[in-house]
Amino acid sequence: MKRSLSVLFAYLFFSASVIAVEIDVEQAMEDPVYEERFKNLAAELRCVKCQNQSLVDSPAGIADDLRMQVHEQLHSGKSDDEIVSYLVDRYGEFIRYRPEISGQNLLLWIGPLLLLVIGMATLYFNIKARKKKTVEEPELSSEDHKRAQALLNEVKENQ
Amino acid sequence: MKSLRYLLPLFLFLIVSGFFLVSLDRDQELDSPLIGKTAPAFSLPHLHQPDRMLSPVDLKGQVWMLNVWASWCVACRQEHPLFMELAKQNVLPIYGLNYKDERPDAIRWLQQFGDPYATSISDLDGRVGIDYGVYGVPETYIIDKQGVIRHKVVGPVTADELQTVLLPLIKELQG
Repeated sequence: MKRSLSVLFAYLFFSASVIAVEIDVEQAMEDPVYEERFKNLAAELRCVKCQNQSLVDSPAGIADDLRMQVHEQLHSGKSDDEIVSYLVDRYGEFIRYRPEISGQNLLLWIGPLLLLVIGMATLYFNIKARKKKTVEEPELSSEDHKRAQALLNEVKENQ
Repeated sequence: MKSLRYLLPLFLFLIVSGFFLVSLDRDQELDSPLIGKTAPAFSLPHLHQPDRMLSPVDLKGQVWMLNVWASWCVACRQEHPLFMELAKQNVLPIYGLNYKDERPDAIRWLQQFGDPYATSISDLDGRVGIDYGVYGVPETYIIDKQGVIRHKVVGPVTADELQTVLLPLIKELQG
């Protein structure tokens, strides 16, 4: 049992170090100045193959190629925007985790805000209506007052 | 009216379930932004004669098919017999983009399964693939006489798709 555990740990350790080495190589190729930009860009870009992963963490072959593209274009002096639009031209807006606002996705962008506004408005009018209900006191005429007074007096006398 | 209010969560639930149901069925294919645009230029060596180059400009004036394939691509074998049939009937020239493959492997693959391609060209590092927005081999493009991409299929072409979508489109384009 112990032995198999240590084998397992050894395996985990070595496989982790293999991954670490790969990342090291990638980073060594990177000019430190560009590293930050590369990471930011890759995190903003969606892998077209594993569609719920960014280029940072996708293991797909195509993600490798696209990372390579981003990397090369960064070094050739292209701006972040130029690189993103290069990829959008080929793979569509889908490749961006934050697609440009357009008629097609306008509702997605402003939807949450719209819901918030609707919710706030509903809340506001509800509270206002409720307040009105509780604040509204029955108006008493002087005659009503007199009657009430008379009733109170009666109660007192009976005691 | 009051009781309707208590049913509201149920209605909301049904609406949300509806959305989920619809997206369960929807495939993951991405719309290519390249449709309606000129096929990206390239100049790639022929698979069998690497000293000869092919470029989309050379193919202008005819409707042609670009099929992205590789010997390591299992799904490519699924659609392959359809292309063999297409080639036999001489419907349109099919050009193969041999994507991120090894030359000997690719040539052996064609010997084994048959070669429906007018010619195959080698995209060893997958760069042209990126230009065409390739993300899942096989992919198939229909390109018109003016060199404009008119249709794209991601994944293996099925017999049904060929009959109902591709062939009518090809006929129309050949017009």
